[in-house]
Amino acid sequence: MILDELDRRLLNIVQSSFPVSAEPYKVLAEQMATTEEEIMNRINKLKEEGIIRRVGGVFDSRKLGYKSSLCAMKVPVDKLKEAEEIINSYPGVTHNYLREHDYNMWFTLISPSEEAMEETLDEMRAKSGCEIRNLPATRFFKIKVDFKLKN
Amino acid sequence: MITELDKKLIRFLQEDLPVTSRPYAKIAQELEITEEEVLSRITKYLEEGSMRRFGVALRHHKVGFTANGMGTWDVPEERAEEVGKIMASFPEVSHCYQRPRFDGWPYSHFTMLHGQTREECEAIAKRISEATGITNYGLLFSTAELKKTSMRYFMEEK
Repeated sequence: MILDELDRRLLNIVQSSFPVSAEPYKVLAEQMATTEEEIMNRINKLKEEGIIRRVGGVFDSRKLGYKSSLCAMKVPVDKLKEAEEIINSYPGVTHNYLREHDYNMWFTLISPSEEAMEETLDEMRAKSGCEIRNLPATRFFKIKVDFKLKN
Repeated sequence: MITELDKKLIRFLQEDLPVTSRPYAKIAQELEITEEEVLSRITKYLEEGSMRRFGVALRHHKVGFTANGMGTWDVPEERAEEVGKIMASFPEVSHCYQRPRFDGWPYSHFTMLHGQTREECEAIAKRISEATGITNYGLLFSTAELKKTSMRYFMEEK
């Protein structure tokens, strides 16, 4: 799908500030000098095309009392598929990437407590037979997840 | 203080907001509270930071950000704070954290870099290196995205 200028402007606005008011699509329509129907159609289309994953809240796991971490895993090449299935089966694993390194599988894990996290990691180690390093952040400098689309 | 009502509302807000004229009224109806209550709670979560943002989550590779490189940096502890702040000031850096080192892993600082190409990410890392004076670093490109979802909180007690 080719994004036109209106799509890009719309995506730039709604990534950081989707209106928190009774009729959000109408507010967006006013901001962009178009109709509510047009905005709703475009958002539906962008969802169908898989460009928009969802519209909703992004929460700060720490402020909700959860623990989060980045984990580095060393997986033998012939066991990648199996490890992927094991790791991805946990709902607290939100991101998982293969990377070019001896530690080749990197995933983020969110757990309700430190104990729960250690338990999950031990279970993953036992199931996969692989080494997993737990690297919880000790200092936080930045989290910003919106991307400006160039026109 | 997160109440039971907050938890219920958060469960709705971590799903996909309906595309309908009054989507918040729809949530309010499900929770048997008013639309104003839903709106004022969302505003409160944003103000207190328990919600980092409310908006659209994109699939980045679908909008041209195909390269994602994890920069890993060997920063002396006495410069940890200062260097972290410089790294965070780069607009191409989406995440910047300090994490523990371990045997065979000299790197303390992690930066997620996003670019349209691999070369672009390499150029960003080079500029960060020049700006901070940190020369021992790695750039781990992703070769496959195996999972990317949003966390769903408070599901275990539903």
